[in-house]
Amino acid sequence: MSEPISKLQAALAAGQFVVTGEVGPPKGTNVGPVLHEAEEYLKNSVTAVNVTDIQTAVMRAGSMAFSHMLVDRDIEPVYQMVCRDRNRLALQSDLLSAYTLGIRNVLALTGDHTTMGDHKEAKGVYDLDSVGLLQAMSILESGQDMGLDMKGNPNKLDGAPRFFKGCCVTPCTDEIEPQIIKLEKKVEAGAQFVQTQAVYDPAAFEKFMSGIAHLKVPVLVGIVMLKHAGMAKYMNNFVPGVVVPDWIIKKLSEAAKEDRQKVSIDICGQLIREMKHCCQGAHLMTLGWDMCMPSIVQAAGLA
Amino acid sequence: MIVAERKPFDEIMEMVASCKRVLVLGCGGCVTVCLTGGERQAEMLASQLRLAAGAKGLAMEVDFDSITRQCDKEFFANLKKDLASYDAVVSIACGVGVQYMGEQFASARILPGMNTQHLAANTAPGVWTEYCHGCGECVLAWTGGICPIARCSKSLVNGACGGTNHGKCEVKAEMDCGWLLIYKKLQETGRLDELRKLRPPRNWRKDRSDGVRRLVLKDMVEEETKS
Ligand code: SF4
Repeated sequence: MSEPISKLQAALAAGQFVVTGEVGPPKGTNVGPVLHEAEEYLKNSVTAVNVTDIQTAVMRAGSMAFSHMLVDRDIEPVYQMVCRDRNRLALQSDLLSAYTLGIRNVLALTGDHTTMGDHKEAKGVYDLDSVGLLQAMSILESGQDMGLDMKGNPNKLDGAPRFFKGCCVTPCTDEIEPQIIKLEKKVEAGAQFVQTQAVYDPAAFEKFMSGIAHLKVPVLVGIVMLKHAGMAKYMNNFVPGVVVPDWIIKKLSEAAKEDRQKVSIDICGQLIREMKHCCQGAHLMTLGWDMCMPSIVQAAGLA
Repeated sequence: MIVAERKPFDEIMEMVASCKRVLVLGCGGCVTVCLTGGERQAEMLASQLRLAAGAKGLAMEVDFDSITRQCDKEFFANLKKDLASYDAVVSIACGVGVQYMGEQFASARILPGMNTQHLAANTAPGVWTEYCHGCGECVLAWTGGICPIARCSKSLVNGACGGTNHGKCEVKAEMDCGWLLIYKKLQETGRLDELRKLRPPRNWRKDRSDGVRRLVLKDMVEEETKS
């Protein structure tokens, strides 16, 4: 294997248990607070920070610009890209741009449907699917693009990018086999790491992991910080493939309001400790509670 | 078949409000089958318009007519009314009928009475469900006969997204996830290998991105020119 091109890739290659965080650019131009949180709480406690791409189809500032701002602050980004808003011309162009801006880790996602967000009348693109986006990255890395020149030959790039290519999977969904088959295709298309949808059931996760052992791809288990019992119930009812077990809901609902953050940190720590043996890292989605990240890492016994 | 839904009455009324003579024109094709744009519906809409015009004190004369198909010249001779003698003709055919009539009867003003929707099967009494998107490059051979272009909300080609939820799509709780249907069918028939194959990005030129599409039967065209 060639030299790692990012800290994330290097850490995974070295067999370290890796923690990644996540930030969402603001709805507006006021990037200061999120950047501050990333510098203050994430920079020293995680290996890389995902930057969401118009997450849940709610319009906001862009993922590439924000990823670049993290690069400037010496925080390694995982540039998330969804297929919902751009066709293959724009996706490939943005990949080249991202590379020139120092972005190396890219996470390919299908993207939530436009009707889930706040611009419900927008036209979804989905020219490529997430597998196609990974193929696009692999093609660009080979020095070509997805198009053809006038003679019908593949176009040649003047300078090829290199990415550490990631993808997503939902390990605890009700139908596992189609998820595994799709993951196999993503790996075949070039995916080198996986960050999962939120997992709260270590036993189910372990089973899933044994089902994908043949893929030999590093997996970072996803955990969304649950801020209160209502949020856990909401996720059970409305977030596909996410099951929050009763013991977590009970813990959260029994906690006094001022203790909730602490309880939430403990839950994350416990989940990581229980799943650590069967995966290569954890992807923590703190949803604004970035200040908890150092304590989670400690609670997980990783600090 | 093509299904189309009648536009809200008020919208139609507004379109013709300034007209003295209006013709409602039904079509005996698909819209008759889906019970929205045939002769009976033309007659009903005509009387509704008459009543509404009367209630508003408008002097509006409203007739109706219908032909076998508004998308085929062959049937135009059967028109009982003279389209050009009306201030407006409200066609309750699909969008093809509205345009084709307008092209062939240039001196008439043809207005749309319908919102044309999709290619459907009659899945239950009174229910027409979209099955085909007319994408121009059929994939049904390797998808268990279930179309991911029409029946997956994102027209994905490599399997379900993370939004699939107990067989339903993230877009609507009452809508089946097309890719789960495909998976189940391929699993039942022992053809999951079809799902395992990497599918390249689609060629959307066959869909809409090559502009207006046309079907040309060469043999027939040649015959015509010879004779
Ligand atoms: S949930 Fe199923 S039907 Fe809906 S967009 Fe995803 S794969 Fe397509």
